Amino acid sequence: MNRVYDLKREVEKPERLTGGHRLCAGCGAGVIVAGVLRALDKEDKAVVVNATSCLEVSTFMYPYTAYMDSYIHSAFENSAATCSGVEAAYKALKRRGKLEETVKFITFAGDGGTYDIGFQSLSGAMERGHDMVYVCYDNEAYMNTGIQRSSSTPRFTRTTTTPLGSAQKGKQQHKKDLTEILVAHNIPYAAQTAPLGNFKDLHIKSHKAIYTEGPCFLNILSPCPRGWDYPMDKLAEIIKLAVDTCVWPLYEVEEGVWRLSYTPKKKLPVADYLRTQGRFRNMFQKGNEWMIEEAQQYVDQKWERLLEHTGA
Amino acid sequence: MIKAKDINEHTPWQDLTPGGEIYEPGTARAFNTGTWRTNTPVFHEEACKHCMLCIPFCPDSSIPVKDGKRLDFNYLHCKGCGICENVCPFKAITMVSGGVAL
Repeated sequence: MNRVYDLKREVEKPERLTGGHRLCAGCGAGVIVAGVLRALDKEDKAVVVNATSCLEVSTFMYPYTAYMDSYIHSAFENSAATCSGVEAAYKALKRRGKLEETVKFITFAGDGGTYDIGFQSLSGAMERGHDMVYVCYDNEAYMNTGIQRSSSTPRFTRTTTTPLGSAQKGKQQHKKDLTEILVAHNIPYAAQTAPLGNFKDLHIKSHKAIYTEGPCFLNILSPCPRGWDYPMDKLAEIIKLAVDTCVWPLYEVEEGVWRLSYTPKKKLPVADYLRTQGRFRNMFQKGNEWMIEEAQQYVDQKWERLLEHTGA
Repeated sequence: MIKAKDINEHTPWQDLTPGGEIYEPGTARAFNTGTWRTNTPVFHEEACKHCMLCIPFCPDSSIPVKDGKRLDFNYLHCKGCGICENVCPFKAITMVSGGVAL
């Protein structure tokens, strides 16, 4: 079902993530989870599986659940395995005629639970071909335990385990490109998106991922006011800069075909994005101009490669 | 089975649900996160064009919608982050200092 996106109609649906959860004020994760779940058709039910994360500890605190759907908290490393097991059980019950309704399976995990600790179970579930969606809300570090670096943290970022000192200045390695790794699994649908503008991109991709049969993957940029060190009211501005500087390009890969979802009207310098966040403050100190140059080069290279893939 | 609203720090463990399971949806609604606010959004209905751009950006699902119109804030859950003020194209939301809008 591919209806034209209508924000007014979508926000009229009852929210599937309620208020009263304990995420920090201004957290991107709440916005993303509510946005993905909004893409479910009204009459369908969902099973939400959640790896240990900020999201998990704040949306499911006994006896309070912020979900209107069934929810399972799984450990850091096995949320995809848990989800695939529930999906297999559902299929078996359906086959025997013991279940009538349509249930969709959605896993949420942070970048720590996806890029690092949960990677093996994610890879396995995608390879086995379960009918599920895995959503990574990527805030580029272990925020729940106190802002430690992950393999998703960009180069030169200050975290508590990549501090600024005389021996090293922030993280030394580049961010792992997980979306491309998932594309290499040859799954039916993989996409990168963000809560941008009227949420059309996030909504359409979520709907596609949920209603495409087989394993699908969404990687969604999730700003974190505490970890990224920016004022908590700036979520929309930071997302806009991330896509307009091509730091976080929006694209999708459907049955092996790459498609660019958003081309900035004017590609902005990466420094415009970096400047908004205290975690990159180090890059703007005197003598560190080379860091900004290298960051720009890296983003340009990745963007060129993406353009080649998408033929744009 | 004991209801979420009746579970608190004085509930004996024998009365809790097995496995720490919750059998009702959306019980978090009963929890007041409005006390977190240091700034409070104020809705100016006369300026609002009901474009709905603020709704999906609210991290706390605190802007109710009914019959194509956005209603006033749900201050029980709003944490006062101020994202809505910045995404509103019509200046229909302003943040005021303090946890309560006077």
